[in-house]
Parts: sequence; C-alpha cells; structure tokens
Amino acid sequence: MDDVMDLSFLQLAAAYIFILILIVIVRVRGIPREKEILLATVRMSLQLVLVGYLLVYLFDNPNPFYTLVIIAIMQVFAIYNVYKRTKHPLGGEMKKHIAYAMGIGILTSLFFFILVVLNVTPWYEPRYFIPIAGMIIGNSMTGVSLGVNNLISGFASHRAEIEGALMLGATPKDAAKKVVNEAFDSAMLPTINSMVGMGIIFLPGMMTGQILSGTSPIVAVEYQIAIMLGIVGSVSLTVILYLQMAYKSFFNERLQLVMKELKK
Amino acid sequence: MFELKNVRVDGILQIEQLTIPENQFTCILGPSGSGKSTLLRLLNDLSSPDEGEIFFKSKPVSYIDPLQLRRKVVMVSQAPVIFGGSIEDNLQIGLSFSGKEAVNAHEMESLLKLFMLDKKLSDEAENLSGGEKQRLSWARAMLLDPEVYLLDEPTSALDEETARTVLTRFYEYAQQNSKTVIMITHSKELAELVAEQTIDMSQYSIESGLS
Repeated sequence: MDDVMDLSFLQLAAAYIFILILIVIVRVRGIPREKEILLATVRMSLQLVLVGYLLVYLFDNPNPFYTLVIIAIMQVFAIYNVYKRTKHPLGGEMKKHIAYAMGIGILTSLFFFILVVLNVTPWYEPRYFIPIAGMIIGNSMTGVSLGVNNLISGFASHRAEIEGALMLGATPKDAAKKVVNEAFDSAMLPTINSMVGMGIIFLPGMMTGQILSGTSPIVAVEYQIAIMLGIVGSVSLTVILYLQMAYKSFFNERLQLVMKELKK
Repeated sequence: MFELKNVRVDGILQIEQLTIPENQFTCILGPSGSGKSTLLRLLNDLSSPDEGEIFFKSKPVSYIDPLQLRRKVVMVSQAPVIFGGSIEDNLQIGLSFSGKEAVNAHEMESLLKLFMLDKKLSDEAENLSGGEKQRLSWARAMLLDPEVYLLDEPTSALDEETARTVLTRFYEYAQQNSKTVIMITHSKELAELVAEQTIDMSQYSIESGLS
C-alpha cells in the first residue's frame, strides 16, 4: 500500500498527447469533430477535478446527511438520464414507473450491499458508499434504459400477438409475457456479457483502480466479484420492478391494449 | 345475444339500433373500411365505443368483467396469430390463456381433421402457409368451446373448395351445439351457404355517408 506512485503534473499533462493525436487525425481526415473533442476533454478534466475535491471534503467529513444527499443527486440524474435516453416519448405514468423502480431497486440493493455484504461501519462511510452507489446506479440506469426501449418497441411490434391473446380471454399478464420477458432478457444481457468477459477480455475499472493504488490483486478481485454480484442484483431487481409496473400501463381498465406510450 | 344502442365509433361507425340473435349464424357483409372488424372488436370488448352502449345477454358490456366476456365471446382475427412453437403448443395456449384444462392429442388431431389440416401436432406452426395458419387459429378458438364465435374473414386465405367444406363443417358443429356465430365475409356466396341472418355494414358506416 505504501508504494503508490503519484502522478506528477507533467506526467498527467503527457497523457493529453493522446488527445492531440486524435485532433491531428480528425483535422487531417477533415472530420468536423475538433470542437466536441476539446469540449469533452475539458469537461471530463474539470468534472473529475471538482469531484476529486468534493470527495476529499466528504471523506474528511463523513456525515450521513452528505452521503444521502449525494446518493439522491446521483439517483435524480440517473432517472433523468433514462428519460432522455429513450427513443420514444414517455408519458407521465411511464416516467413514474421508471422513477419508482429505480428508487426501490437501487436503494434496496445498495443498502443490502453496504450493510450486509461489506458490513461498513459507519454505514454512511463515503469512501465506500459513494463509489459503490455510482457503480450500482450507473449499471442499473443502463439496464432500465434498455428495458424501457425494448418494452415499448416490443409492444409496438407484437401488437397483433398481444391482441390475439386478449381475444381468446388471456389476462394482460399472459398476453404481454413474451414482450416483458424479452425486454428483461435484453436489459440483463450487457451485465451478463460483462461478467463473462471479466478477467479475460478486460480488467474492470474498479479492480484496475484498486491495483494501481497499491491494493493486493486478491483483495481487488474480492471486491470486484462482490460489486459485480451487487450490480447484477440491482440491475435485475430494478428492471423487473420497472417491467412489472410498466406493462400494465399498456392496458386500460377494460383490459384493452392502449398504446398511449407510443403516440408520436 | 347482442344489442347495440346509439353506438358510435368516431369516424367509423354510427349504429342507432342493432340486434344480433342468439344461437344463429350471422354474416356481416360490407365494403372494406365499412367498420366490420371494428364491430367485432366492440363485441369482444377489445375496444370500446366513443358513445352508446352494447348489451350482452341484456347486460351492458361495460358492467361485465372483460376477461369473462372474452372467454364466452371468443374472437378470431383475420390475420392469423401464431404464438411460436408447434401446432400443439398453438392449440393448447388458448386453453391456458383462458384458464381451461389441456386436451389430449386425440382431441386435437380430430380437430385438425375437421379443419382439413393434414399436419402432425409436432410440426412447427410458423412453417404453415397463410391458409393453414388461419385454420389453426380458428381451431384454437374452437377448443375453447365459447358461447359466441366472432370470426373475421376466417376463410380469406383459403381456396374456394376448402373454404366451403370447412365452413359447412363448422356450420354443422355450430348448429348441433347451439352456438352463436358472427362472421365477417366478403363472399356473398359463402354468406348464402351458412347465414341465417346478414348485416350489411354499409348502412352503419360513417365513411359511406349512408348513416
């Protein structure tokens, strides 16, 4: 732990050469992306520096209120991001389902992970709580985004099949089962794929970070396995909660298929 | 069996009064776009009218549990719906949807024979032709043994001879078992073969300007 190599300002500046290379490439090839690349680089640097200072402050002053506020802000941003990422315009009811599912699914998994798996004391210890919340929220957000898109497009493309089932006296649950299952499957697939490739195709970011900062690879691997399982749990819980609430909003009180989420 | 009073579906239908009798074979005729399929959807409670009331056995449809209604009044759409899997899976799924018990292979095979489907129960349903799929979804509805059949052009993809044979067989079954059948058809000839009553939808269609 004591042989952590700190980066000097010059060393860090040298890393920006990669951006210069990218800019040269786009300029030579005439791809009009220079501005975006510069802006993205500046934003990334500034945002991370600010977060660095914020985390230093939070780590030095552990406080349950600060931790909860940070989690709440992350949650709100994640929910808002899902709204923005969907290809279809979302109705109020659908937005509510997304917010509820992400609130309940993420918080349940997060607190289980912090309190039971890691058994952190005090529970609000920001050094653990904030980075783990970031990973769980980020992955759940991606899962729910996929779930939303696939549920809506599934209802649109399987409309005849769903109505065909209703005509025979099926409940909305049975009629929508295939679409809901397919949406769940596609939302989980990236998480499952990343588990499969982990350690062979890539070393996950958290583990790499821990190893670089001097932690024993074995400890880093233990944390990585635990967090990966936590992510799987949170993504599956959040997505299934969302789907279970959301499919019902495609049916009215007469159990008729209404595609109000698809009006465009 | 059904009574429609002052029913209006915006831009499609306007029906002041229409009665569809019990235990009879009713054929619905009319040009494309005259609201024939819309009428069947209303009777199956798959959609609701913008105005007016529909009565099933003298009770307003809006007061009847939609699942219970659809299990008594089963609809077969014009474009056949195939749920994936084998012919057997496709026959059984209707029973599972409506909470009924599965039937044995013998029963399913004799149903395939009735519908002139020379296929094995294990054959993939997706590989059937359009006309075969149409008969399969019709057979699936028949396994449910509902009180009322709503059939939306069930013979549109069949050749004339097959259409006549299958329809005659179905008519005999409906007669023997006192079923109410409401069938849309474009064919006046087929309507003459089975209809005890016909409804000309052009008189109710908003598009035709006759209402």
